[in-house]
Amino acid sequence: MILLRLFFEFAKTGLFAVGGGLATIPFLQDLGARTQWFSDADLTTMIAVSESTPGAMGVNMATYVGYATAGVPGAVVATLGLVFPSIVVIIVIAGFLQKFRQSKTVDAVFYGLRPASTALIASAGLTVATAVLITVGGLEEHLFTVHWPALLLAVAVFVCLRYTKLKKLHPIVFIGISALVGAVFRF
Amino acid sequence: MSIYLDLFLTFAKMGVCTFGGGYAMLPILQREVVEKKGWATNEELTDYYAIGQCTPGIIAVNTATFIGYKYKGVPGGILATLGVVAPSIVIITVIAAFLTNFADIPVVQHALVGVNACVVALIASSVIKLGKSTVKDAVTAAIFLAALMLAFFVGLSPVILIVCAGVVGYVARRLVKLSGGGAEK
Repeated sequence: MILLRLFFEFAKTGLFAVGGGLATIPFLQDLGARTQWFSDADLTTMIAVSESTPGAMGVNMATYVGYATAGVPGAVVATLGLVFPSIVVIIVIAGFLQKFRQSKTVDAVFYGLRPASTALIASAGLTVATAVLITVGGLEEHLFTVHWPALLLAVAVFVCLRYTKLKKLHPIVFIGISALVGAVFRF
Repeated sequence: MSIYLDLFLTFAKMGVCTFGGGYAMLPILQREVVEKKGWATNEELTDYYAIGQCTPGIIAVNTATFIGYKYKGVPGGILATLGVVAPSIVIITVIAAFLTNFADIPVVQHALVGVNACVVALIASSVIKLGKSTVKDAVTAAIFLAALMLAFFVGLSPVILIVCAGVVGYVARRLVKLSGGGAEK
């Protein structure tokens, strides 16, 4: 029963991987080594595709591994396996939160936790920024090189989002135009 | 349209519009869930992200379950989660079947650099919006700066950061109360 096994393996990944999609990679490496369902080289392709297609990266990787292992049913089962623990755990926590929403203690804890959560999102943004806009090392006399066209595009989008009427547009419009700009000007 | 269908479709749209991890989903969430539908506030989104990265499962899925549950209970949580993963199942299956070299196509690579540059700007703008409701005074500003430094430069685990920040918030509130209130309340 490969489907049952897939569901179980991905439920395990969903239960133990804490954080973003990148947190699932070590689990997938281990899964490939144990089952021989896919090689490390396959996994590299899967990560690259998952990063360059719509959808949260962790979900994309589960779908891809599932498909590679057992076709379309495998894709569906692996994805459902990955999200199953989240659904259970989060519904329990959300239930508790609703109950204790009025509590002064919970309110005080969230008062401190919210700026930290905002900082973590900012930090993730900075990580993407350094990965896309700057190449560290490379040319020998430079410590890092700036990818000027990408930086210019990021600044242009930011200015539009903050200071012009274009901010009313849906984010996907900006993403689409940026993809086009990147493709046309060979970023 | 049925509320449940609306929930599923809204989150499916989010699945289509996200490039990258759960953080890349934030700008779309703000637009769809906070600004358009009013299913959650910016503060609640920050709470969900905080809890979502300390609990099992990937952030994007955890956040979807949270919002769905808050809006329509257990069925809502399940439908929002299925919605956010549905596009992945379709898109990845098609690419895995026909285009295994998808990520190596030069045009795709160039377009992706553009998309990622855009995502940086979108996240920056989202963080500013969140910051307006989460960084309100000296204590929260200090927590924000300390957490940013520790996360970005030191690479400290989000779980540790979130737990410590919660403790600091609690202690700060208690101290203010003991010293006779004042700015807080």
